[in-house]
Amino acid sequence: MVTVRCFAGVRETLGLSTCTYALEKPMSAQAVLTAVAGERLSALSAPPLVAINMQHSRLENLVCDGDEVAFFPPVSGG
Amino acid sequence: MIVRVQSEDFDPEQEARALTATGAGARVSFVGTVRDFSAGSQITALDIEHYPRMTEAELTRVAQQAQRTWDLLDVLIVHRYGRLRAGDRIVLVVTWAHHRKAAFRGCEEIIDVLKTRAPFWKKEITEDGATWVSGEIPASLE
Repeated sequence: MVTVRCFAGVRETLGLSTCTYALEKPMSAQAVLTAVAGERLSALSAPPLVAINMQHSRLENLVCDGDEVAFFPPVSGG
Repeated sequence: MIVRVQSEDFDPEQEARALTATGAGARVSFVGTVRDFSAGSQITALDIEHYPRMTEAELTRVAQQAQRTWDLLDVLIVHRYGRLRAGDRIVLVVTWAHHRKAAFRGCEEIIDVLKTRAPFWKKEITEDGATWVSGEIPASLE
């Protein structure tokens, strides 16, 4: 099971804040996003950024059972 | 080192007094505030969202990197989230170093890198509606 979290514009566009997803084997963050977002994915204007276990990662990086994966737009702090 | 994320306002001078860096000959503080205008529209409020725990972890990584690069004696970062008004303080970065150049450059590096790595998102509320502020992508991912 992985925990999926979405933030800011990605959360609003996908209508998804937090969910869990059952992994049968490690898969890319992109594949997890596609699985949980379904058809809503096409509403995103650009590919999101991703963090795996709270570390900036890439969509092609693998997500494993027990991981937390987050999707969000480019950050704008400060 | 102190890294803190909070909704409450902060007093920059009082925060800086919380740390005493032995041997410091310089202390540089940066305070970021909410602009009142953006793209010609008056901002009535700013909503700041963040990713709890990753935010603190990322701010700590940014501070540690700058501490190594500039030989900083100590670092303090306070960043707010939630609803803010024009003129409100958003972020405080304080650096201590033996000499001024390291303190200035370390402080600048922290705020610059923070803007590309710390998972905060701003939504500007104006009379015309609400808009997410365009963000930045970490240099390591470009």
